[in-house]
Amino acid sequence: MRKKIGLTGDGAAAEAMRQIDPEVVAVYPITPQTEIVERFAEFVAEGLVQTELINVESEHSALSACCGSSMAGVRTMTCTSAQGLALMHEMLYIAAGNRLPIVMVNVNRTLSAPINIHNDQSDSLGSRDAGWIQLYCENPQEVYDTVIQAVRIAEDHQVMLPVMVCLDGFIVSHNMEPVELLDDGEVKEFIGEFKPRLNLLDTERPITAGNLTLPEYFFEHKYAQVYALEQSKEKIEEVGREFGDRFGRRYGLVEGYKLDDAEIAVITLGSMAGTARVAVDALRGEGIKAGLLKMRCYRPFPVQELAGALKNIRAAAVMEKAVSPGAPGPAVFSDIIAALYRQSVRINLISYVAGLGGRDVPVKSIHRVYEHLQKVAASGEPDRILNYLDLRGWE
Amino acid sequence: MKRKINDSIRKLDKTCLPNWYEIPLAGAILSEGSEDYETGSWRTRRPVWNKEECTSCLICWLFCPEMAIKVTGGKMAGINASLCKGCGVCANECPREGAMTMVEGGEYRDCKV
Repeated sequence: MRKKIGLTGDGAAAEAMRQIDPEVVAVYPITPQTEIVERFAEFVAEGLVQTELINVESEHSALSACCGSSMAGVRTMTCTSAQGLALMHEMLYIAAGNRLPIVMVNVNRTLSAPINIHNDQSDSLGSRDAGWIQLYCENPQEVYDTVIQAVRIAEDHQVMLPVMVCLDGFIVSHNMEPVELLDDGEVKEFIGEFKPRLNLLDTERPITAGNLTLPEYFFEHKYAQVYALEQSKEKIEEVGREFGDRFGRRYGLVEGYKLDDAEIAVITLGSMAGTARVAVDALRGEGIKAGLLKMRCYRPFPVQELAGALKNIRAAAVMEKAVSPGAPGPAVFSDIIAALYRQSVRINLISYVAGLGGRDVPVKSIHRVYEHLQKVAASGEPDRILNYLDLRGWE
Repeated sequence: MKRKINDSIRKLDKTCLPNWYEIPLAGAILSEGSEDYETGSWRTRRPVWNKEECTSCLICWLFCPEMAIKVTGGKMAGINASLCKGCGVCANECPREGAMTMVEGGEYRDCKV
């Protein structure tokens, strides 16, 4: 039976994992992901899942164990955060290159130094080229729904890639909201049985996996992976559509909010989208044509969808919680510039780095971004492209 | 046009390397064994077989990781120089003194294997 209960983002992720009941979970606890591990360990102890829970000595080992079990043909999940994701970095590429459909929940937290346990997205945005699908969630309901969808996406035989489900640390992971849970049976039916394409332990069909691949083959091997990630867009949309048809909450690659007639817009991912909605509503009340574009899917990058949604906008700001030192611009901003260029869409685009190390991004700060956009729209060109929101000494 | 390639990674013929869409998922090798690889080129030491001392117990055949022990009619028949990578497992596992000995150098020249 479906029910609506109060859950944090971590609690919602753990609940989805309970219903998915993966064969193997190898995990190492780290703030602010710990609550997922605690809750899931309880499910294992109480016999609510059949999962083999592997307690490992580090995140590198966690993802290594996951690679092993996924290669052995069983459904495998893990979760991490920040330094943990950084420690997994080597194995991220190995999971993707070996086309292992592991689902990982990443609770976004900043990377040291200086040491800080709070939210920004520098961990997962920094792993953008590892070859994983990356989906960003705005609230606990989206976390729950996306973890379930991620299993279907990863294990699709045309995709066969790992999926990272990202949620903002503390802001989403530790704040409680009403979450509608599906019936256990509905989740089981939706995700279906895992049918691996490669199984290292199938003695009837012996294979060798994780092979040394020298210059004659590496490039082609890599491109097959690039192609699969690009093609996975269709599957992400298809699964999001089917989820909506069955359970009433539809998901896509990007989501516009009051964007159709908007003149100025903020583009963002994760929890900042929720705050920006409030700012948009207030501005609309003043008669200002403000809109919001939420990127749910960051990898694969929704080039056409994003450019299509922005083509009639006069000025837009990319708000992201990560910085790329020494780069021409931060990651999401730079990707959007490239996407617009590819689609021949020319709009005034500015960047706002915000909320690093857990700095709050309140509605009034997002209002200031929209004010800046109004000026850019009026003058027809940006006065300053790279901006840092609420950074002392910047203005 | 797509050429049909059964096991592309094993095709070491450089003139017909497969396109990216013809490579098995994740570059997996879909058949057992490694006999298509010239692992003999890796060798820096070589096993020398003494036919007189050998009892054809075939323990070397059982342990050899590269199928380099030749067997004919249930009897030990020599070493396949193109497969033997010189690891020395055969000599290490051989129960007979002097039946299989590792010597320096990978090249088999005068000595009969």
